[in-house]
Amino acid sequence: MAQIRKKEDRETPALATSSLPDIIFMFLFFFMAVTTMKEVTFKVRVSPPMASEAEKLENKSLTRYIYVGKPMEDLKKTFGSETRIQLGDAFADVSELQQFIINERSAMKEEDQPLLTVSIKADKDTKMGIVNDIKKELRNASALKIIYAAAKKTGS
Amino acid sequence: MGKKRKTSEINSSSMADIAFLLLIFFLVTTSMGSTTGLTRRLPPPLPPDQDIPPVDINKRNLFVVKINSQNQLLVQGTEISVKELRAKTKEFIRNDANELTLPVKSKVTIPLIGEMEITKEHVISLQNDVDTQYQAYIEVQNELVAAYSELRNELSKSKFGKEYSELDEAHQKAIQAAYPQKISEAEPKNYGGVK
Repeated sequence: MAQIRKKEDRETPALATSSLPDIIFMFLFFFMAVTTMKEVTFKVRVSPPMASEAEKLENKSLTRYIYVGKPMEDLKKTFGSETRIQLGDAFADVSELQQFIINERSAMKEEDQPLLTVSIKADKDTKMGIVNDIKKELRNASALKIIYAAAKKTGS
Repeated sequence: MGKKRKTSEINSSSMADIAFLLLIFFLVTTSMGSTTGLTRRLPPPLPPDQDIPPVDINKRNLFVVKINSQNQLLVQGTEISVKELRAKTKEFIRNDANELTLPVKSKVTIPLIGEMEITKEHVISLQNDVDTQYQAYIEVQNELVAAYSELRNELSKSKFGKEYSELDEAHQKAIQAAYPQKISEAEPKNYGGVK
């Protein structure tokens, strides 16, 4: 005979959270895989220009960065709004560039030294004058492999 | 006495919190995306106190691209827009009709491809003004690189039936020998704009 269930107070069972750590760990590993450590804290605002032919950088450990752009909003009071160069974590002058390259190069392994690549990360509104000065200094420092950082433009 | 005691299960409810903490730490300290850009090679430094040796380049081998402070382009003496630059560069490098105003063609034997007429001595000279915007400069560089990669792709398709990027290293070298990238980055001149 069909049993008729007695009506009883049904409680919604508590949400099973045992798989939550696994999901979060999955997220964590995903982020660890796709992101890279921040190189420096930016003191200048850089929005890179677009280029459809931009290639991916092969070796990050051999690359040193030069940032060129206008100081961030909160630094404008002390550093003005003129385009500045940032080396490492601090503002720098073009004349310090050569020493920077020499220091960075000597800190590298000897077999890697000729492979040093300098990435120029300049804001798209930068005037070419300052970029040319940088190029000249890099040439003098024999850091000849350069890369103009540009965002990959998809489509045409 | 001697009662078997069950080891109680480790409380894992805080595991999620720990994982969250780690996740947030990584979100904050890392940055997404990889660096992309246009690779270039600068010419080696000149020894000081020495005059720049005059380089004798046949005028027809030279493709002059100038960008002024208003980001306008002057290519081979005529003003054009960035969009036309790619086609014009390709036409110059290829020199299909063997015209006298375009670069000299010479026969060379390239491994894997064979004999081919290429404009071996062509040079693209990119000159910019001090006030040229970086974006405009990169756009021009990009178009020049695009012209080369289109030419390489066309050649690789007709010779090997594959895209250039799908070829192995030896074949890529052969294509590169046929279309060597020659973009010279001259010291800027302050022409045009008032300074």
